[in-house]
Amino acid sequence: MIKKLAIAALVLGAIGGLLFWLLTEPERLDPALVAKASEGDPARGELVFWQGGCASCHGAPGAKDAERLKLAGGLVLKSPFGNFHAPNISMDLDDGIGAWGFIDFANAMQRGVSPMGEHYYPAFPYASYVRMELADVADLWAFMKTLPEVTGKAPAHELPFPFNIRRTLGGWKLLFFAKGPVLEIANASDEIKRGQYLVEGPGHCGECHTPRNLLGGPKQGQWLAGAVSPEGGGIIPNITGGEGGIEAWTAGQIASALKDGFTPDFDSLGGSMASVVLNWSHVPDADRAAVAAYLKAIPAHPNGYPPQAIKAK
Amino acid sequence: MKRILAGLALAAITFTSVAANADPIADRIALMKANGKAVGTMVPIAKGEAPFDAAIVAAGLAAINEDAMKMDVAVLFPAGSDKGETTASPKIWEDMAGFQAAVDKFKADAAAAVAANPQDLAAFQAQFGALTKNCGACHETYRIKKG
Repeated sequence: MIKKLAIAALVLGAIGGLLFWLLTEPERLDPALVAKASEGDPARGELVFWQGGCASCHGAPGAKDAERLKLAGGLVLKSPFGNFHAPNISMDLDDGIGAWGFIDFANAMQRGVSPMGEHYYPAFPYASYVRMELADVADLWAFMKTLPEVTGKAPAHELPFPFNIRRTLGGWKLLFFAKGPVLEIANASDEIKRGQYLVEGPGHCGECHTPRNLLGGPKQGQWLAGAVSPEGGGIIPNITGGEGGIEAWTAGQIASALKDGFTPDFDSLGGSMASVVLNWSHVPDADRAAVAAYLKAIPAHPNGYPPQAIKAK
Repeated sequence: MKRILAGLALAAITFTSVAANADPIADRIALMKANGKAVGTMVPIAKGEAPFDAAIVAAGLAAINEDAMKMDVAVLFPAGSDKGETTASPKIWEDMAGFQAAVDKFKADAAAAVAANPQDLAAFQAQFGALTKNCGACHETYRIKKG
């Protein structure tokens, strides 16, 4: 009897293990599709680079101007799961990603999978970048290849068990890695569609402005409603038209804030948004206007963070 | 006797500065609001939405420079003033030297903008751009948002 139970337990365990392995297997892009992507255009890629905000995490913290193009990593992203260190994505052959091919870059950006076949942590916002056009990713790669090689490796992430097991991210992806658009906007104008692409895709606005559940998945029902800051002691604002949000801002004021960092009452955007403004000041006016049009078109939600976060401290 | 006088004088100075800044949080909020107001008078010109006006620009830059001169870190951001209705980041007190350096840069840029006394749009935009970079740079690290 005991023997039978032991065998049953072993068999069940093996089946469970196999299922876990199969379900958490990293999924890659179709190589044939990637091969078809045309040679990227580095000039267009520079715009994608600023839309995507690469420099905010992979540039040296506090870097300004040309220094922001040195992508040795170094920013620490705090989270309830531990601290992430943004890695070196410069063209250095050893410390950066200079040895990568386009297929490696595309799989990292759009599937969250490393060239070695490991899952990346979603602190790297591939759950947003998955919504990008492959052609934009190709342009971005063409631009990245023009950037300087910088030596130096970032420290390893500081994550407790079980978050240090990358395979578990396969489960996170099963639950939360959604490739389609976040919202369905009826009768969207071309401008709103462009804004939707920029916000939900490269701009990855929802990564900070949308609250997350206990497993770190975005609460899409409160899309862009604001969240408690993982940095501690503050919030990330509600950018919908709901209570506490930015209903009073005109589309022009939203677009303008993304360019010069000034709110309608001439406060200046701070925190990690200061760096986002530095990125978006390089983007064409039409794209900032498109983001504003989209933000004016999305469902309004009350603040996605609890009221005590306001009074904290 | 000399020592007592000196002590009294010191106490008087300390007392007046404390009395003048009973509420450093309110004082620094007022200062920042005044800064924002002065910036607001010049933004339409910087963006080309309003015609260049040397008088408006001179007044705006002077107002910011006056505010900058009032930015005494020890008085406005004393130890303990991280508590209460403030959006000042604890990083100010963790990195006082870095914060002081950021304030000093703001003071220098404000003084330089007034000294430059811009007389055309291009000259003004250059000064205004350099000056207002200080807003985001400081708020990036030393302010948190509380909704």
